[in-house]
Amino acid sequence: MTTLLISHLFLQSYWWIIVSLLASLLVFLMFVQGGQSFIFTLPGNEMQKTMIVNTVGRKWDLTFTTLVTFGGAFFASFPLFYATSFGGAYWVWIAILFSFILQAVAFEFRSKPNNVFGQNTFDAFLLLNGALGPLLIGTAVATFFTGSQFSLDDMNRVKWASSWYGLEAVLDVRNLALGLAVLFLSRVNGLLYIINSIEDEDVKKRALNKLPLNAILFLVPFLFFVIAILLSQGFAADPVSGTISMEKYKYLHNLIQMPLVLLIFLAGVAGVLYGLFIAIFKKSNSAVWFTSLGTILAVFAVFMLAGFNDTSFYPSAYDLQSSLTIRNASSSEFTLKTMMFVSFLVPFVLAYIWYAWKSINVTKITQEEMGNNEHKY
Amino acid sequence: MTENIDLTLLDWSRAQFALTAIYHWLFVPLTLGLSFLVAIMETIYYKTGNEEWRRITRFWMTLFGINFAIGVATGIILEFEFGTNWSNYSWFVGDIFGAPLAVEGIVAFFLESTFIAVMFFGWNKVSKKFHLVSTWLVAIGSNLSALWILVANGWMQNPVGMEFNPETARNEMISFWAVLFNQVAVDKFLHTISSGYLVGSVFVIGISAWFLLKKREIYFAKRSMLVAAVFGLLASLMNAYTGDSSARTISKVQPVKFAAMEALSEGKPEAGLVAFGVLKDSENKVGETALKDFLFKIEFPSFLSILTAGDKDAFVPGMTDLVNGNQTHNVISFEEKKSRGETAMKTLIAYKSASKDGNIQQRDSLKNIFASQSFQENYFKYFGYASVEKAEDIIPDISGTFYSFHLMVILGFGFIFLFVIAIFYLFKGTLTQNRWFLWLCLIAMPFPYIASELGWIVAELGRQPWIIQDLMPVSTAVSNIGAGSVMATFFIFATLFTALLIAEVSIMVKQVKIGPKH
Ligand code: HDD
Ligand code: HEM
Ligand code: HEM
Repeated sequence: MTTLLISHLFLQSYWWIIVSLLASLLVFLMFVQGGQSFIFTLPGNEMQKTMIVNTVGRKWDLTFTTLVTFGGAFFASFPLFYATSFGGAYWVWIAILFSFILQAVAFEFRSKPNNVFGQNTFDAFLLLNGALGPLLIGTAVATFFTGSQFSLDDMNRVKWASSWYGLEAVLDVRNLALGLAVLFLSRVNGLLYIINSIEDEDVKKRALNKLPLNAILFLVPFLFFVIAILLSQGFAADPVSGTISMEKYKYLHNLIQMPLVLLIFLAGVAGVLYGLFIAIFKKSNSAVWFTSLGTILAVFAVFMLAGFNDTSFYPSAYDLQSSLTIRNASSSEFTLKTMMFVSFLVPFVLAYIWYAWKSINVTKITQEEMGNNEHKY
Repeated sequence: MTENIDLTLLDWSRAQFALTAIYHWLFVPLTLGLSFLVAIMETIYYKTGNEEWRRITRFWMTLFGINFAIGVATGIILEFEFGTNWSNYSWFVGDIFGAPLAVEGIVAFFLESTFIAVMFFGWNKVSKKFHLVSTWLVAIGSNLSALWILVANGWMQNPVGMEFNPETARNEMISFWAVLFNQVAVDKFLHTISSGYLVGSVFVIGISAWFLLKKREIYFAKRSMLVAAVFGLLASLMNAYTGDSSARTISKVQPVKFAAMEALSEGKPEAGLVAFGVLKDSENKVGETALKDFLFKIEFPSFLSILTAGDKDAFVPGMTDLVNGNQTHNVISFEEKKSRGETAMKTLIAYKSASKDGNIQQRDSLKNIFASQSFQENYFKYFGYASVEKAEDIIPDISGTFYSFHLMVILGFGFIFLFVIAIFYLFKGTLTQNRWFLWLCLIAMPFPYIASELGWIVAELGRQPWIIQDLMPVSTAVSNIGAGSVMATFFIFATLFTALLIAEVSIMVKQVKIGPKH
């Protein structure tokens, strides 16, 4: 029985790591959304707009697929989270989905003749997805630390205690802070990606001008969220009985008790700061590499803090004992193991994505390319 | 378990799922079919080096891209809707059902989305060969994604490879292969992809016919049409064959759905296969629900018995047998199933209270009962019946299922003729003279879509009230949210999807009018 428990726990941890990895890749890939959110404010003319839209646009499918896979993997490994959060915080998730429906078609349809609603409408869709997507996802993830309003019955059926169905999350400033941090981080990454991929001095200058303000608007809420969380109570799970209790400085304790996570977190923050530094002060074109790696590491560490070290990753502030942990919310050992074999394909998937993109990214986006490319957004 | 189900909530949730699924399915089959057609066209270009084939490939590829985007946009809603609107279901079966969805993301969607980028942005940047491989990978990726989602759906129609765990109150997977090679899933996969190929082929034929009618792009159109007609003929034969085997499987695993498809009220040996018929309400009722009689029908005698069991004397149970039971033919009645399901439910409740009270001995003995095979096969198998109140509730909408099914089959045979005639005229070289046929091809364009949607209506309507056959009725699966919220999202999606559909069709039509670029 003990060996069985250990290996189930191992698999639960393994899957929490995979889910966290997907989440961190997703936050980084939301540079696409970040880029979209500048559609009306960054470009100086139509040609520049076309270039920007095409630069980030070519990656929309990658972000989208990561979101979908994140959802699928979460469902398969922690189905109780899937059932509880989606079925309860209904309006938050619906709003997120809604903004993502707009994205795919907006890119594909915006510049096509006879698109009925006109390019401006589709561009507005891009703005909507670019702003709402990261903001809402960030806000939703913050509830991993601040708790939600639900209870589960003994058949594990969810009941949401607020008739706002999740929208009440905005009432907690900490949730909003993370939402804003993710939004502006996406915008920063979007700017740096544009700087890296577009061969056009004017576009670069414009993007660089926008960078400092957006960096500050990211840093302030981000620091606020981190400090607030480290200083607030957290949701601790007793490893033997599974009982949930409030613990003072829980997340600070997690950080100290898991030095590796602390290291990853600091490395992540350092990466983002270094990237910002070389972009702003050294006019470097490659800053995006540092900020993106930093983003991935930092988000990964945040997820580790939420789920590991006997913590509830989806706590209920309404009914403490209904809170979800990686143990009580997971799939069976058999399913997790089967899925583990599938997950061994992930490096292979990453490898071909890398290879494919390398081979089409040989040339940067330029005005000429926009002129003669047949498949243009 | 049936306490406080709110019927309006259930209806709106069902309507929302049906709406989003039907919209998604307007775009999916074309993606499945056109991706292969484009890959075949590009292969010909690669082999011959003829620039005309490059034009052909690129024209259809543009249309593919327009359709693909909206297919993706409508798909994401469905995936998350399992959580948002069917959350009790998501927990009850998440251990099994989530896996195919995750595999789909990891194995299929990334393949599709990565190589689609090479396909669209890689011309002149990567080698011709790499480009061709990418186009094929897109086709394979989209068909793989179909595989996994259909495995998931097949499992709901015929749950296999799992065991119920009373401790977690859910089903847990015990064999991945049983889930993957579930007969229903295999049938569904083959039938569904072939229907997609058919949709793609008629789409290409219809548009090509339009060019021919306009006397534009004659060579382009004839070549496109030839590829599509040959591919379509093979697809339509495969479609009919797999449709038949689907029906056979249904007759075994979902006899009530089968009886509804055939509107068979009374079971009989030497049952005839109805080619077409018109229904009217019967004198015979189950509860308040009237069964159906035929106002008139065209029938192949004994065919149904032969198709389902290979024997003209075989007994095919009708709706009355399935509800009231039929001892001579070993058909269990609704009441009996309900009482077995209730036994399973009581055992679960007893288990729950034993474990709450810390009565370990009793808990463990109840757990053993759950684990025993005879309990699983004779009692737990009917678990869902405990939550169904009246016998009539297990009868799906007979007319809807019957007409949808028959219309689909009739259309299916029609397409075979369409492809055969197209090939015939193309080889004889008289295609352009037969303008009536070109018109027919153009008019035929919506019909594969209709057949395809009808197929899903058969599959999904015919299994009501079950979300998981015999284990969980839709009423216990639905998320506990306000009906008003679901109603609001229904209208939001309806408006948005309709607007996007209008834009898509308008863009498509314009691109066709512009024609292939030089
Ligand atoms: C037999 C095929 C089939 C069926 C029954 C479904 N789909 Fe689908 N889906 C596809 C075949 C497909 C596809 C061919 O792979 C799509 C359609 C158009 C497209 O562009 O990709 C797609 C796209 C697509 C996407 C976007 C994928 C991306 O990021 O590229 C999601 C999330 C889903 N689907 C999810 C679902 C769910 C949850 C379904 C069931 C309720 C469903 N699909 C039914
Ligand atoms: C894209 C193709 C599909 C179409 C067109 C389709 C069609 C439908 C329709 C018409 C309904 C409503 C039935 C009713 O209200 O009477 C429905 C319900 C449902 N279908 Fe499907 N379906 C599709 C694919 C799937 C797949 C692949 C799954 C599972 C993986 C699935 C799961 C469900 C569920 C959970 C419901 C809601 C419960 C219900 O009302 O029956 N569907 N679908
Ligand atoms: C040629 C005769 C045909 C037969 C005998 C046939 C038979 C069937 C049967 C029995 C089902 C129900 C399967 C289930 O409930 O699980 C079904 C579903 C379906 N059919 Fe057909 N069909 C035929 C033609 C077509 C055509 C022409 C199309 C579309 C172009 C089509 C598309 C579908 C789809 C999309 C489904 C739902 C997926 C599934 O359940 O497999 N079928 N068909």
